Amino acid sequence: MVSIIKIHIALQRIPSVHTMKKYSGFSLFKHSLSHHENWQAVWRSPQPKKQYDVIIVGGGGHGLATAYYLAKVHGITNVAVLEKGYLGGGNTARNTTIVRSNYLWDEASKLYDHSLDLWKDLSQDLNYNVMFSQRGVLNLGHNLQDMRDIERRVNANRLNGIDGVVLNTAEVKKIVPVINDSQDIRYPVLGASWQATGGVARHDAVAWGFARGADSFGVDLIQQCEVTDIIKEDGAVVGVQTTQGFIGAKKVACVTAGNSGVMAAMVGLRLPIESRPLQALVSEPVKPIIDTVIMSNAVHAYVSQSDKGDLVIGAGTDSYNGYGQRGSFNVVEHTLSAICELFPMLSRVRMNRAWGGVVDTCPDACPILSKTSVKGLYFNCGWGTGGFKATPGSGHVFAHTLAHDEPHPLAAPFSLDRFNTGHLIDEHGAAGVAH
Amino acid sequence: MHHIYCPYCEEMREEEEYSYTGEAHIERPKDPASISDEAWGDYLFFRANPRGIHHEMWYHAAGCRRYFNATRDTHSYQIHETYKMGELPAVTAPTKVKAKPKTKAKVTPEEQQGDAS
Repeated sequence: MVSIIKIHIALQRIPSVHTMKKYSGFSLFKHSLSHHENWQAVWRSPQPKKQYDVIIVGGGGHGLATAYYLAKVHGITNVAVLEKGYLGGGNTARNTTIVRSNYLWDEASKLYDHSLDLWKDLSQDLNYNVMFSQRGVLNLGHNLQDMRDIERRVNANRLNGIDGVVLNTAEVKKIVPVINDSQDIRYPVLGASWQATGGVARHDAVAWGFARGADSFGVDLIQQCEVTDIIKEDGAVVGVQTTQGFIGAKKVACVTAGNSGVMAAMVGLRLPIESRPLQALVSEPVKPIIDTVIMSNAVHAYVSQSDKGDLVIGAGTDSYNGYGQRGSFNVVEHTLSAICELFPMLSRVRMNRAWGGVVDTCPDACPILSKTSVKGLYFNCGWGTGGFKATPGSGHVFAHTLAHDEPHPLAAPFSLDRFNTGHLIDEHGAAGVAH
Repeated sequence: MHHIYCPYCEEMREEEEYSYTGEAHIERPKDPASISDEAWGDYLFFRANPRGIHHEMWYHAAGCRRYFNATRDTHSYQIHETYKMGELPAVTAPTKVKAKPKTKAKVTPEEQQGDAS
């Protein structure tokens, strides 16, 4: 046994492109021998340098994914991610963890499906368990028009090579035994779309996995560093002013979700984004009763059950602009009344925690992946209520845009100028969350 | 839950009586056919969306069913005032004067930076 350990330690000293200590069953055993006192910090906390090739503003899932793919795919490692709080502390920490790609239009569904593809091998790629569980996603239909929309969307998905099936009430009941299949309620379940390859993932883990990966390539992750101004000279970006001083860079990428408008205003730009509160809540842990994801457009509720047993429930956005990371109780009440009608046995379950995020909603419920009129300034925002599922895909295509100063083909339809040319891509239906 | 003072009903009512109808004081172009695509797109979609003082419209759906304006802080959610359609706000965001650190301009007492909340 001792000789195996010595060989393993020797192997780890072979220099490699990036110096990440690999997690494995064996490393777990090895560390147990020293009472788990020698685990290394998952990422460094360096002082910011004076200059980088690329600054990514925003250390959430999308920003960290962008940094990771910039390093891994494009070999661009002289990069800093600047986060005003702690990594993944914004919407990445607050979403309801759903992953799917069953959107209507070609442009959107291809982008989300690209992301789904990356999710499948993400734990292996990152050597970090992101707990991606392909437990399927149901989008319920409660009236004739819902079912027509579902038929249309599933057909569009299948034409694009994205899996999807239309289910009737009995088939939904088979997948979710605890659902109310009565046809006499206000919003009866007439059927649903079913994407079997969709599911959930651990939101913190994907941020931490990308952070660890990016850091291992030499990307500097700088926390508690708020960008207070974007500095330009002759119409081109030269750097950013931060709470830790001025940091220079020729390329600045804003991946700041709900605060993107604040960033844009620093260079006198406006965005078609409005930042809204989006609330979510978890119940007390209960025994396993829901092993898939159920979403309902009509009744503004979506639910899944975490491995810990809590029911993870999400609502529609509050209607007013809000940066407070909290919303009004009537929205939660509305969502929970829908949950109680759909799952009567949950009427006595207590809710444990409720919170909100700041979602950057776009007029067409599609993101903005774009260059701007300022040379060297890029925006990745506007994901609104549906950003979590796109975390790897967004980072991957945006890294391409940054590296080549030209949008990735999957990102090209989502430029800022579509709001002036009229080429909006309306995904309000498939977004599945009331705006 | 916001409690909002309807300037017509002259009473504080719960948020659920109202519906939020977006940024206030946006003027529709007088002749849409004559303006550029860019200007029309700006009018339709681009919004201030400030983190801080915001002027917005609310509709008293379960009350007098009239539109009015509000000045609300989008971060603290404090409503500073509500005022009738056609009126102007008394409370506005302080104008922020950008200091230019790279050129080391001297900041006079008059040019103090506004409070960006």
